[in-house]
Amino acid sequence: MNHVGSRILVYGYGNPGRGDDGLGPALVAALEPLAAAGLTCESDYQLAIEDAATLAEYDVVVFVDADMSGPAPFWFDRVEPSRELGFSSHSATPGQVVGLAREMFGAQVKAYALGIRGYRFGELGDSLSEQASANLALALTFAQRAVREQHFEQYTRQFGVDSGRGRACDPQPAEA
Amino acid sequence: MSVIKRVVIEPVTRVEGHGKVTILLDEAGKVVQARLHVVEFRGFERFIQGRLFWEVPVLVQRLCGICPVSHHLAAAKAMDRIVGGEDLTPTAEKIRRLMHYGQMYQSHALHFFHLASPDLLFGFDADPAIRNVIGVAGKYPELAVQAVMMRKYGQEIIKITAGKKIHGTGAIPGGMNKNLSLAERDVLLKDVDQQMTWAKSAVKIARDYTTAHLKELLPFGSFESNHLSLVRADGAMDLYHGNLRAVDAQGKSIFDQIDYQKYVDFIAEDVRDWSYMKFPFIKKLGPETGWYRVGPLARLNTADFIDTPAAESARKEFRAVTGGKTNNVTMAYHWARMVELLHSMEKIQALLNDKDLQGQDLVVKGQRREEGVGVIEAPRGTLFHHYRVDRNDQVVMGNLIVSTTHNNEPMNRAVTKVAQDHLSGVEITEGLLNRIEVAIRAYDPCLSCATHALGQMALDVSVVDPEGKVLAEKSRG
Repeated sequence: MNHVGSRILVYGYGNPGRGDDGLGPALVAALEPLAAAGLTCESDYQLAIEDAATLAEYDVVVFVDADMSGPAPFWFDRVEPSRELGFSSHSATPGQVVGLAREMFGAQVKAYALGIRGYRFGELGDSLSEQASANLALALTFAQRAVREQHFEQYTRQFGVDSGRGRACDPQPAEA
Repeated sequence: MSVIKRVVIEPVTRVEGHGKVTILLDEAGKVVQARLHVVEFRGFERFIQGRLFWEVPVLVQRLCGICPVSHHLAAAKAMDRIVGGEDLTPTAEKIRRLMHYGQMYQSHALHFFHLASPDLLFGFDADPAIRNVIGVAGKYPELAVQAVMMRKYGQEIIKITAGKKIHGTGAIPGGMNKNLSLAERDVLLKDVDQQMTWAKSAVKIARDYTTAHLKELLPFGSFESNHLSLVRADGAMDLYHGNLRAVDAQGKSIFDQIDYQKYVDFIAEDVRDWSYMKFPFIKKLGPETGWYRVGPLARLNTADFIDTPAAESARKEFRAVTGGKTNNVTMAYHWARMVELLHSMEKIQALLNDKDLQGQDLVVKGQRREEGVGVIEAPRGTLFHHYRVDRNDQVVMGNLIVSTTHNNEPMNRAVTKVAQDHLSGVEITEGLLNRIEVAIRAYDPCLSCATHALGQMALDVSVVDPEGKVLAEKSRG
């Protein structure tokens, strides 16, 4: 399905002071100057329950986060609403936030996740690792075209976790 | 020598970062000790050395994505001392306070409704599939929406006063870099009456739950302890600034009105070979008996009164449950937290109607110093930032004592008490696991700081023998 004309939120999350954990906000910072009509960019340290209210204002949301073990350079997949137990008091998973948005606010938002492979986590540090920076560049190229062309379902088939695990993804989105 | 068995639970669900619980049994199967292993952030001292001091209030926010505002303000208070600007202008101090009360409000609301309320509303033994925030949303939809909107409101205050969501720059050495515009004030004032109603309702929920379940809650993970916090010069609760006060389990003063610039004369940190996290204690009592609790429960035990009417009324009800004496009940943290939430909202309302927030006098400077300590009452408890700066404005020493570190010994004692009361054999039942989590959650610990990439979180439970051999395993999620 082509979502051109939709209200799109690209939401990067992670801690920019913790090495590759900052991949999500880094992508959003790079994407924001290029934002087009209908596109909103947001970033935060982590997802939290109040994001459920924000999601209800959009047709499509793309969560962007670092991935510790997924395929490099990135993957793109659908996010299904989740009812599972949360593992952290002050943060939530994309599925939980989408689930809460539907449960509490009747949101019909279509949700996707862009996972960018990172390698160095947990230590205080200003910068991304070299490999993560390279992955970010490819993910940004993908994200720029994705928000412009908006063939999100098609991208999940091409770059989904299952289809892409263990091999490098082609950053060029499929043609409409 | 008796054989010690170990029951390991790793990590603890729904607390920040990664924690692991090891329960030590003797050969008769009796619990001799429980240890909460916390993966504390490391490398701060090295990270901060050589940084320019005015960068520090922004840099320290990367320590933790959960309470960046607390680190931001504690560091700013320390750097106020460096520039000789600790006597802030009314505008600067009030905007910092607004930011801090916003942080307190959103953090307490999130903890209570997201983390604690599923246990309270559904019971400790309820199915984990429903004993979570989505379960609350299904059964108590109005409460769930209320929790989201309370958290969102506090976050909005932070965003406006700090300038942005990530790595805010609002507080600077000696003051603030912006005031609150009338337009920003009006955005926040619009919802303040609704928020006040919800805050009062939250206190009622916590009070009613605690008093209705008092018999069950009194012994749950409970023990006598000392309590420590900042208090104002007149003994009032003050979450932003004050002097140090410590009381014992009966409420007797250990020390009072101590200038926190001299904290090293009163507080020391013990090291144990099984934990990365230190164990702070009151020097004159020593490590065996000098450990103490911080956070909402401690603050309600140390303060003589609260200077906002609704919260003061709630405090009196809280204290009445223990006959006006010190409250040592671990699960009373939740009620105390909601009293503070209400206090924060009363302060927010008053500040938003204060014209000083639109003032233009934002920064003061005085005699330059080379050392400064900043202390604040963060949502989880007292937070210390201590720095030394050389003549080139570079940081040469940085030391933090965070709230979770202060509560290290109490959390271990709470887990030990629960394990002693609820562990049978070496089997980690759902009921035991839930209760250990409930006891730790009462302290709302920040076990590690906000590195949380996709795929990181899981719950694995293991039973291992003294040589590390795994006797049983259990996973959740």
